[in-house]
Amino acid sequence: MELSRSTALDMYERMVLIRTFEDRAAKLFAQGELPGFVHLYAGEEAVAVGVCTHLDDRDAITSTHRGHGHCIAKGVDVKSMMAELYGRATGACRGKGGSMHIADVDKGMLGANGIVGGGPPLAAGAALAAKLLGTGGVAVCFFGDGAAEQGTTHEAMNLAAIWELPIVFVCENNGFAESTPVEYHASVADIAERANAYGMPGVTIDGLDVVAVHEAVDEAVRRARDGEGPSLIEAQTWRYYGHFEGDPLTYRTKEQDAEVRKRDPITQFASKLEAIGIAERADLDAIDARCEQAIEEAVAFAKESPYPEAEALLEDVYVSYEG
Amino acid sequence: MSTVATRTLTFREAINEALAQEMERDETVILLGEDVAGGAGVEGFEQAGAWGGVLGVTKGLVERFGRNRVFDTPISESGFIGASVGAAASGLRPVAELMFIDFFGVCFDQIYNQGGKLRYMFGGRAKVPMVLRTMVGAGFRAAAQHSGSHYSVFTHFPGLKVVVPSTPADAKGLLAAAIRDDDPVLFCENKLLYDTPGEVPEGEYVVPLGIADVKREGDAATIVAIGRMVHVALEAAGTLAAEGVEVEVIDPRTLSPLDTDTILTSIRKTGRFVVVDEDHPRCSMATDLLALAASEAFDHLDGPPQMVTAPHTPVPFSPALEDLYLPSPERVATAVRRTLE
Repeated sequence: MELSRSTALDMYERMVLIRTFEDRAAKLFAQGELPGFVHLYAGEEAVAVGVCTHLDDRDAITSTHRGHGHCIAKGVDVKSMMAELYGRATGACRGKGGSMHIADVDKGMLGANGIVGGGPPLAAGAALAAKLLGTGGVAVCFFGDGAAEQGTTHEAMNLAAIWELPIVFVCENNGFAESTPVEYHASVADIAERANAYGMPGVTIDGLDVVAVHEAVDEAVRRARDGEGPSLIEAQTWRYYGHFEGDPLTYRTKEQDAEVRKRDPITQFASKLEAIGIAERADLDAIDARCEQAIEEAVAFAKESPYPEAEALLEDVYVSYEG
Repeated sequence: MSTVATRTLTFREAINEALAQEMERDETVILLGEDVAGGAGVEGFEQAGAWGGVLGVTKGLVERFGRNRVFDTPISESGFIGASVGAAASGLRPVAELMFIDFFGVCFDQIYNQGGKLRYMFGGRAKVPMVLRTMVGAGFRAAAQHSGSHYSVFTHFPGLKVVVPSTPADAKGLLAAAIRDDDPVLFCENKLLYDTPGEVPEGEYVVPLGIADVKREGDAATIVAIGRMVHVALEAAGTLAAEGVEVEVIDPRTLSPLDTDTILTSIRKTGRFVVVDEDHPRCSMATDLLALAASEAFDHLDGPPQMVTAPHTPVPFSPALEDLYLPSPERVATAVRRTLE
């Protein structure tokens, strides 16, 4: 399908915004600025952006421990995200979730998830609600190759198939479940083959190419919206950082990494845009600078923001709790 | 209190009535579970159920509300209970059924780690209004994996509410409250109570969560009993009354939130305290209630508080052993006498 200029530039901007956010988060973590730990999405931007460009606020996504990219692609404000990473009261979750639980339900972002395979049943439920309430919305379940081996993922796919739920399962296969390669942990060569087991279409695509992702998801989202049921898309991708920050990455080689980076999702999309005349380098540079500025402001906002008050410790466990 | 028209219903019928009435008043209430209708996909069962629940509790609901409200699920508890959490966060009020509480082991992550923590993790920017109905209780000759009463595990976790009714009227009123509640609620149904009759109010009837009920008044000792054990405690109370010992029997009705005021007021009045529960004794509601008495009413206690519980064993199959496993009125009476020594 043809991408309009504005859509293409918006996709480029979202990808750069994710990369800039993640590179900055890596630096801040190394400087000891961010508490806890972070799992960075850099390298995988084409997947989140290629998918979420098809979605709007009535659509829901569930995410993973590597959730910052999904948030940005779904339209969550980077200031509230950065403040959340800093544990501040102005954070997306008022500082109570952190990197692994970052969420914005109003934007249809039903949360990063600290449990590998935690999200798929939730996504099936969001799809069931969309179907029964007739909102016209769809759900997208992002999960990694590691989560492909969790029972919850299989249960959710089966449920989605028998109830013909409006959902797209997007497997982000970055080659490793923590330090364990997919060739070892998966019973099939392509995770997408498992779609056959659940009677849904399954396709393996190049997850570094945002245009390829956008095209594949177009059909899957159309099917979901038209009530034709679920699909599985396996996007082959690569994470530039380790499983978490501090991972020595001993299980993969520098050569492997360098090979993938030759096809970096952002530079390859930029070249494409220039080649087909959608944008000139100066346009892209301006976008890059805007993203840099946005993240700079997000960090400043986070640092200026207060920590949560002590009362917040006991708040929001329940809507109400009287005994 | 104004007079409310009542009639006799069984515990099972009272639960069924609460479900029907709540589904009638709120079309976002849906049921999901294994065989809650039964026969899904079988010709002739498009608008009818083959079972209406494994013990018939949801009978008639699919006929009334259709298969877009009453969902037979695959045997896939993580899948459909997790989907209930996701649906609850997305605008529905699912009532899911975990057939036996013993099955929580195959799906607990979706219950406590997703459903129970979502709101807190998201800084209050989400809610999970769902009910998880489940069967508890020994005495059904169902052996170790279908007879547990593991509600203390759920009570342990912030974010979850836990309800254990003992009478048909309470079952109806508490289930209505649970469905209308904006937090995830575990609703425990003792399968030995399903045929128990009782007077149940007609029409809408809501018993607020977090309020205990004094089932029998007395001043010699306080018994807190949970679920079916309320009836065991009341039987013991009858025996003790014949000996001139009038005990107070309190049914907490909800374990989380817990009505500590009613319990502590009674203990301060009687100075004696016995907990009766058919769950295991360690890290349990029984130990929790004894800790409450010790920390909040120590100066009022005139004798050692007692726990009458199941032993620290799985539920045995042989009727000869299962009858020993369950607390009996005799054991309860003995425990009360011990507090009086």
